[in-house]
Amino acid sequence: MKNKYKIIILGITIVIIFILFLRVLNSNKTYQPNQMIGKKIPEFILEDLLNKNTKLDSNILSGKDFAILNIWASWCIPCRIEHPFLMDLKDKNQINIIGLNYKDESVNAKNFLKKYGNPYSLIGIDKKGEVAIQLGAYGVPETYVLKRGKIIFKHIGPLNEDAVNKILELKK
Amino acid sequence: MKKFIFIIIFFILSSNVFSANEELKNKIYKNIRCIVCQGQSIYESNSDFAIDLKKLISKKLDNGENEKQIYEFLISRYGEWIVFNPGLNLNSLALWLLPLLIFMIGGFLIFRLNNKEKK
Repeated sequence: MKNKYKIIILGITIVIIFILFLRVLNSNKTYQPNQMIGKKIPEFILEDLLNKNTKLDSNILSGKDFAILNIWASWCIPCRIEHPFLMDLKDKNQINIIGLNYKDESVNAKNFLKKYGNPYSLIGIDKKGEVAIQLGAYGVPETYVLKRGKIIFKHIGPLNEDAVNKILELKK
Repeated sequence: MKKFIFIIIFFILSSNVFSANEELKNKIYKNIRCIVCQGQSIYESNSDFAIDLKKLISKKLDNGENEKQIYEFLISRYGEWIVFNPGLNLNSLALWLLPLLIFMIGGFLIFRLNNKEKK
């Protein structure tokens, strides 16, 4: 009888340990892109790429009902792939897109916009990549969807059709 | 002569402060995961991401922030995954308590077997 109890207790212990290990195994062990979702955009003030007298102030973003913040650079090849999607979002859907020019040379960034078009209403120069870290980004391109200054969606890598559809859905 | 001694003392003291600061920096770098690398800390990595983080951490330390504040900042941006040494929370509870539990069960079993043999 005693042995029976021992076997039951041993069995339960093994099951509990198994469940605990399974839980840890299934938990997210990679970079969590949703860490900033639901949070307010961090505060920053950056110089504008195209107009030296204008500043990109994060408080301006807080006042906007719906906006997109896109981290990009002229040296970033995937940024060229996503650029037509940004142009479409601006032209066809009238979405306010704000750019964050990441660790770039201003001349190259301006040439990039001349060649591929400018979808941005403002472009902050993040020369050292510090604002990108504040945003929880780790590279380019990355896109944040903001609603009254709050991050509601984040896309890592170049925008694609699925991401654009998701953005349009969020805008409704 | 007094001036000379003063300069030597100044250099010794400042080098001590400098090395303590460097030690703390390296300690933090070693505990921060380079998210874009494979299993490396930012201390070991020369990727753009690691270099940027090292610069930012160094700047924050110079601005008077402490180790805990820096970890809190990075966790708030990148999640618990960014630190190699995670704190005690619901997800890491098993990690912290299981070895202790297994050790206690093992100790209890040895104790009981030992008692039985004596009898």
